[in-house]
Amino acid sequence: MDFGLSEEQELLQETLRDFVARECPPARVRERFEADGAHDPALWSAMAEVGLCGLCLPEDCGGAQLELLDLALAAEVLGEGGVPGPFLGHALAGLALLHAGSEEQRWRWLPRLASGEAIGSVALAEPDSAWEPERWAARLLEGRVGGAKRLVPHAAVADLIVVGLAGGGMALVERGAEGLSVEPFAGVDGTRDLAGLCLDAVPAEALPGGSEAWPRLRDAGLVLLAADSFGSAWKLIRDTIDYLGTRRQFGTPLVQFQSVKHQLADLATELEPARSLYWYAAHAFDHIPAEAERSAALAKAHITDRALHVAREVLELHGGIGFTWECDVHLWYKRAMWNRAFLGGPDHHRERCARLAGW
Amino acid sequence: MDLSFGPEHERFREEVREFLAEHWPAGDGGPPPGAGQEASFRALAIERGYVYRRIPRRYGGSEQPADPLREDILRREFFAAGAPLGIPGVGPAMLVPTLLEHGSEEQREEFVAPTLRGEIRWCQGYSEPGSGSDLASLQTRAEPDGDEWVVNGHKIWTSSAHLADWMFGLFRTEPGEPRHAGISYLLLPMRQPGVEVRPLRQMTGTAEFNEVFFDDARTPLRNIVGRRGQGWKVSRTTLVHERNMIGDPARVQNLFSDLVELARGARLGGRPALEDGGVRRRLVELEGYVRAQQYSGYRQLSATAHGREDRTRLPTLMNKLYTTELVKRLLEFGYDLIDSDESLAAPDENDARARLARSANYPGGWTTQYLYAHGASIAGGSPNIQRNIIGERGLGLPRDLRQTP
Repeated sequence: MDFGLSEEQELLQETLRDFVARECPPARVRERFEADGAHDPALWSAMAEVGLCGLCLPEDCGGAQLELLDLALAAEVLGEGGVPGPFLGHALAGLALLHAGSEEQRWRWLPRLASGEAIGSVALAEPDSAWEPERWAARLLEGRVGGAKRLVPHAAVADLIVVGLAGGGMALVERGAEGLSVEPFAGVDGTRDLAGLCLDAVPAEALPGGSEAWPRLRDAGLVLLAADSFGSAWKLIRDTIDYLGTRRQFGTPLVQFQSVKHQLADLATELEPARSLYWYAAHAFDHIPAEAERSAALAKAHITDRALHVAREVLELHGGIGFTWECDVHLWYKRAMWNRAFLGGPDHHRERCARLAGW
Repeated sequence: MDLSFGPEHERFREEVREFLAEHWPAGDGGPPPGAGQEASFRALAIERGYVYRRIPRRYGGSEQPADPLREDILRREFFAAGAPLGIPGVGPAMLVPTLLEHGSEEQREEFVAPTLRGEIRWCQGYSEPGSGSDLASLQTRAEPDGDEWVVNGHKIWTSSAHLADWMFGLFRTEPGEPRHAGISYLLLPMRQPGVEVRPLRQMTGTAEFNEVFFDDARTPLRNIVGRRGQGWKVSRTTLVHERNMIGDPARVQNLFSDLVELARGARLGGRPALEDGGVRRRLVELEGYVRAQQYSGYRQLSATAHGREDRTRLPTLMNKLYTTELVKRLLEFGYDLIDSDESLAAPDENDARARLARSANYPGGWTTQYLYAHGASIAGGSPNIQRNIIGERGLGLPRDLRQTP
C-alpha cells in the first residue's frame, strides 16, 4: 500500500512549478487572457521542450510514456499557473489517437503531437449541452464528416481535430480541410479559447477504435479538468492568504481577524482532501478498470464544484479590489468556471454516478 | 502508487478474520458476549499481538513493531465484526500513552495494566465552567498538605465521571506562576467524600457527562505526572491522542451506506426517494466528500507507513473538522429522508447504542444520531477551535488577536 506520489512524480511537479514560474508568471497569463487568442506559440514551444506535449504518448513517438496520474499532476500545476493555451485538447487528441488510431495513423500523428509541432484538439459538444455520443448528430459518410460542433478548444490553431461522432465513433479532421469553418465563440476564460465548428462534408478519416475508446477519452478529460481545478483553487487560497497578510485595517493585517482565518480554514479543509479524489481517479484509469468511469465522474463533479466555490469566496475576501478587472482573482475564477462546465457540469456527472452505482 | 496491501498483509488480514470468526462470540449475530467472555477474548487478542500493539508487554500490551498497515487492517476487521479492539474510553486511549511518555515507573506499574484490562476506569478533568477554549485559565487548585494534594474547585463536561474510578486532569498547583506554568497533571481517585459527581442531562435526554465538584478532595503527592508546573506540556500528548481518536473513516463510510439504504427504502411523492433526481444528486455530492476522506486516509496511512508524515501534516490537522462536519451533513440528509412519524418522535433516551452504533438504520436511529452528532463535533475542540488550529498550524496564519491577562 502506497497511495502517494513517487519521487519522480514529486520531481515532475517541482520541475513544472519552476518552469511555470519562469515562463508563465501571472503577467503573462493576463497578457494572453486579454489578447485576441490565448495560444502563445513561444510558450507552447517552451512547454514542448519540457515534454508537456507528449507526457502520456509512447516513447518511440517521442513521448514520455507516463500514466494519466502523471499527466494529471502536470494539469494541477498548469491550473495553479493559469497557463494559457491548448494543453487539454492537445492531450485528449493524443490519447484518442493512442487508444483508437490505427498503427499508421499513430505513426503519422503521434510524433508530431508529442513534439508539439502539431497541435491537437477535440470536437465533442453539440447544442443543448450535449456532451455524450448518444446525443450527437455528427456523422461520417464515405470519408466525409457532416455536422456542427460547439465549444472546441483552440480550434483556430489546431492542426488536427478529433471529432466525436453520433453513437461514439471518432474521426480525424485536419486544419484547413475543405468544408470546415471555424466560428469564433466569446468564451469566459481568456486562457482557453473555444470555437464552434461547422462541418460541411469535410474530408475525414475514421479512428478504427473510436467507439471503444470514447469512455477512456471522456474519463481522462474529467480527471484532467479536476486536477486543473484543484491547482487553480489551491493557488487562489494561497494568494488570498498572502494578500490579506499585506492588507491592513484597524491597524491589523486582515488575515489576523478570526472571521477571515476561519473562512480560509474552511475553504482549505473542504478542498485539500479532494486532492486524493483526483489521484485515485487517475490511478484507477490505469490500474482499476472497474472503478475508472465512476471515480473520474465523481472527482470532476466534486472538485470543479468546490473549486468554483473557493473562487467565489476568495473574491469577496479581497473586498472591492476582488471585483475589479485589474485584480488577478477573476482569471483563475473564470478558469474554474470553464473547468466546471466543460465536458458537462456537476449535476450531469452526479446523475451518471448514481446510475453507475445502480441507484 | 500501489493500493494493494501485498501478500504479507493480505495473509495477515486472513489470519485476523479467522481469529475473529473463531473467537469473537458475537461474530455471527449471536448474543452479545458477557464481560467474562470479552475479557478472555481480549487476553487472547493481546497474546496474538492484535490489541494494544504499541504498549510494552510488561505493562499488559502486546509490544508489536510499528506497522500502520497492520493496525489499519485490525481496525477495519475488528470494526466489521463488531469486536472491541481493547477497552474503549479515555483511559487506554489517552492516559496510557501519557503515562508511557511522562509517567514514573511506579505510576506505569500501578495504573497501565489494570487500565488496559478495564479494572480501572478513567475520566478526564480538563474543562471548567470558566475555562473552555481558554483552558490555561483554569482555577481548580491542588495544594500540598503533608503527603497529599488537597483539591478544591469544579470541573465540567466530564464524560463518564459517574462511572470512573479515577480522574486524570489539570490542576493549578503554583498560584504565583503565570497561566500555563502554574498547572500540574494529577491523578485523583473519584470514590472519596471530597468528590461529588452531578450528571448533566444532555439535549439528547441522556446523561453521559457530568460536573465534578472537589471539596478538600485528596490524592497522594506521588500522583503527579511529570513535575510541578509541567502539566500543560504533559497534557499535550493526551490531546494529540484525542484528536487521532475522533476521525474514523470506517464510521463515515458505514454511515454513508446507511444513508443509501435509507434513500432506497424511503418514499418521496409516492415513489422511492432514490429515484428522485434531487436525492440522487445530493447523495453523490455527499459521496464526493466521503470518498475524498477515504482516499485522503489512504494517503495519510501510506505516508505514515513510509515515513513521510511531514507531507500529510495539513490533511491530518483537518481530519477532525472534516469528519465531524461531514457526519453532520450525512445525518442532516438522513433526517430529511425519514418520515414525519420518525422526525417528530422524541429520541430514545435509553438508547445507549447510539454513541457506538455501527449503523443508523434502526428505529429512531437517525433522530438520535442527528442530535448526538453535536457531541463529537464539540468534544476535543469545537469546530472553531479546529479552524484556528488548521489556520495557524496548517496554513501559517498569524495567531489570534487576544488579550492575555
